[in-house]
Amino acid sequence: MVVTRIFGARIKRREDPRLITGQATYTDDVVLPGMCYAVFVRSVQAHARIRAVRTDAAQAHPGVIAIFTGRDLQEKMGLIPTAWLIPDSDLKTPPHPPLAVDRVRYVGDAVAVVLATTRAAASDAAALVEVDYEPLPAVADPEKAVQPDAPRLHDDVPDNVAFHWKVVNGDVDRAFAEADVVVRQRMVNHRLVPCAMETRGCVAHYNKGSGELTLWMTSQNPHIHRVILSGILHLPEHRIRVIAPEVGGGFGSKIPCYPEEAVVSFCAVELGVPVKWVEDRRENFVATIHGRDHVVYLEVAARKDGTITAIRGKCYANLGAYLSTAAPGIPTILHGLMMCGAYRIPNVHYEVLGVLTNTTPVDAYRGAGRPEATYYVERLVDLVAAELGMDPVEIRRKNFIPKDAFPYTTPTGLTYDSGDYERTLDEALRIVDYAGFRREQEEARRQGRYLGIGFSTYVEICGLGPSQVAGAVGFQGGLWESAVVRFHPTGKVTVLTGSSPHGQGEETTFAQIVADQLGVPIEDIEVLHGDTDLIPMGWGTYGSRTTPVGGAAIAVACQRILAKARQIAAHLLEAAEDDLEFENGRFYVKGSPDKAKTIQDIALAAHLAWSLPSGVEPGLEAQAFYDPPNFTYPFGAHVCIVEVDPETGEVKVLRYVAVDDCGRVINPLIVDGQVHGGITQGIGQALYEWAVYSEDGQLLTASFNEYAVPKAHQVPRYETARTETPSPHHPLGCKGVGETGTIAATAAVANAVMDALRPLGIRHLDMPFTPERVWRAIRQAQGPGGIP
Amino acid sequence: MRVAVHVNGRPYERDIEPRMLLVHFLRDELGLTGTHIGCDTSNCGACTVLLDGKAVKSCTLLAVQADGADILTVEGLSQDGRLHPVQEGFWEEHGLQCGFCTPGMMMLAVELLQREPDPSEEAIRHYLEGNLCRCTGYQHIVHAIRYAAQKLRETRESS
Ligand code: FES
Ligand code: FES
Repeated sequence: MVVTRIFGARIKRREDPRLITGQATYTDDVVLPGMCYAVFVRSVQAHARIRAVRTDAAQAHPGVIAIFTGRDLQEKMGLIPTAWLIPDSDLKTPPHPPLAVDRVRYVGDAVAVVLATTRAAASDAAALVEVDYEPLPAVADPEKAVQPDAPRLHDDVPDNVAFHWKVVNGDVDRAFAEADVVVRQRMVNHRLVPCAMETRGCVAHYNKGSGELTLWMTSQNPHIHRVILSGILHLPEHRIRVIAPEVGGGFGSKIPCYPEEAVVSFCAVELGVPVKWVEDRRENFVATIHGRDHVVYLEVAARKDGTITAIRGKCYANLGAYLSTAAPGIPTILHGLMMCGAYRIPNVHYEVLGVLTNTTPVDAYRGAGRPEATYYVERLVDLVAAELGMDPVEIRRKNFIPKDAFPYTTPTGLTYDSGDYERTLDEALRIVDYAGFRREQEEARRQGRYLGIGFSTYVEICGLGPSQVAGAVGFQGGLWESAVVRFHPTGKVTVLTGSSPHGQGEETTFAQIVADQLGVPIEDIEVLHGDTDLIPMGWGTYGSRTTPVGGAAIAVACQRILAKARQIAAHLLEAAEDDLEFENGRFYVKGSPDKAKTIQDIALAAHLAWSLPSGVEPGLEAQAFYDPPNFTYPFGAHVCIVEVDPETGEVKVLRYVAVDDCGRVINPLIVDGQVHGGITQGIGQALYEWAVYSEDGQLLTASFNEYAVPKAHQVPRYETARTETPSPHHPLGCKGVGETGTIAATAAVANAVMDALRPLGIRHLDMPFTPERVWRAIRQAQGPGGIP
Repeated sequence: MRVAVHVNGRPYERDIEPRMLLVHFLRDELGLTGTHIGCDTSNCGACTVLLDGKAVKSCTLLAVQADGADILTVEGLSQDGRLHPVQEGFWEEHGLQCGFCTPGMMMLAVELLQREPDPSEEAIRHYLEGNLCRCTGYQHIVHAIRYAAQKLRETRESS
């Protein structure tokens, strides 16, 4: 019998039927009897002392049930914690009250919460809450915030520097002293807004009788939310049930523990009625975390032949007004340690100042630190190539970590598991027809058209991660993952995963793993997630960890099931365990495949327990807590071709080729989807998206009118391909793919735009490459004469 | 104010506040939560429904403006338990990830294919201008709509 292997098959998603028929339940779809609605009163000031909060008029508004201010909650709730306490960095974590008490520190800082019988009544009443502010000077720019005369956000952080972290290895000074060429560049990696299409929200219900709080919320990691909320609310962890129903995208923005969900939970407990809060989009722009936002000064040392010998840099990472849950770890562990990219650069010195400013807190946004690192390294490599008159492909080949050097330990202390960087680059060059393109570019230049090609040969750290390392770098949790694989008497299977997918398709890919391992038809497998009462402790979905860690846990649980099933099968077939074969869901004695017991037969026998081998317990279920021995390091080569219109400054992406290696692929359709979406966000940063603050801390881009999330016609058709270099330490050889597109794409686009502008003598521009910015740069490059 | 509409072929009548938006009427009054809200500036298209056959952003209309209309939402797309070709296309071609933009995307696609049975990739991308998706990068949405177009043409030819 020929069986098509389900692992690796392009099968359509099992989560889709409910989503395409309107039958899915997102948080805002949860309706409880007697539910009331919460609306937050938010600061319109970037920095101010609160003189008074007057709620009388609001209180008198019809339908209003209660109003709480920061002062009301001060004694009753704990502070919003930071959960990534990076060591050796003089880290300060200024107190973050759930509602501002006497000072607001950014536009959007929550000051009070109004509860009313309808959403409309609550927002009408919220508008009647009067906050008397005494404005204070504000600072939004991280370089300005560290100046001695800058306004101070927190009394206990006198210089606005929340931490000063560095990674140093090798003899950097000597490498620079001996360098043939040194390239220096200041770069800005501007601020982005994650913009999941579903905003944040929650519904809290407290049962006075049982003392259980149930919280439906837009979460990427319900167990983490439960444990943190337990601390803030002073409720025992086992009396809190956090449910992440359908979640409409996260991209990192639904990892953190924010004030609102905690305050809404508090209100539900205090008032004894269910409370719903759903962020509106304007609120989402100011109250949900932002991403990126660095200013960095970089230097790189190289020899004449293009060998890069050292990299040195100082990064001002803007963290916003408070340290969000994972904020300190993003520009350091997930960023600074990746500063050598895919290259054998022996010497590194990189410092990061985590700076507090009067802006929305910054935390993990898709890629979280790694897109920034890739952008810097890939830009620097191109700058060195330009300086030396080298081809960007050649300089990459020259510096790549060779494929026989893996496992490779970087000077920053990471161990890349496996890789074959040249192979992905070769494949990408073949697809784009590099030589052909260079000829076309020449020809086009003669006609006054500006075409450019850009490369991003990235490597990323994902599959977060070994818990021991998590502890060593100050992450206040483990990073293993849980799985339960449970046979029912009829041979159907329920899988519980501590991962919490919200669009990534693991209800399908995890079922593929189980079907493959146990030989059960995929229709007979259901994957459940996102409910702390149902699912054993787990750490959730972020950092491209779901498949590498959660998927591995499932594979291990399947192996445990099979070990027990084999014992039972041997007993039923009256054979020795070692004499059994297991194939396509059937155990049989070697040589006589006709006499077999199916895994379903065994599941039934295990449940009936009429005749089990001695010492074997009834039931057929296994649990695993998988703690990975290392991170995984996917890599690849992305190539972008653009045309810049010198008249308008407009950049058009003509082609985009992505050759990724994420180890073994479970479902190519889903992997393509992840890559497409990731690239689009990466292109978004390079060309369109930009969260802009005024000098005094007003967010000027607080709606989709000003903040340009890419539209369908603004991005090209992607050409994807893959190589497969399995992770040697992963039970299935997988590496993860959720962030690769975003990590790679921004640099590829930027390098392409710079390549296009090279004949004009433009060496570097900061993103986003808006028509205006590009047009101005062209004008400036051409001097007073203007456009040729 | 009194509003009477047909939604997915069923008549509904409700007394509502005049300021109620159509999207809230569908979601809160009728419990049809398949239609989503992704913004408050009519940019995202998550709320797209068909009103008398035309795609509209239901967050830009008052419910009272829809009085007397025939509305189709995502819940009414499949018929007799059979998926609409557009739904089939989104499923087959992985046209969705988190699914939040999907109902709006599909309703817009239904309108597009009524007007234009064989739209090019370029035409599809431009048609989707008012609908944002943060997950898919749009390529599989384009494939999904092309799939549905083909399927609809085949059904038309065979009947
Ligand atoms: S909800 Fe965004 S356009 Fe209607
Ligand atoms: S599928 Fe998530 S926004 Fe489109």
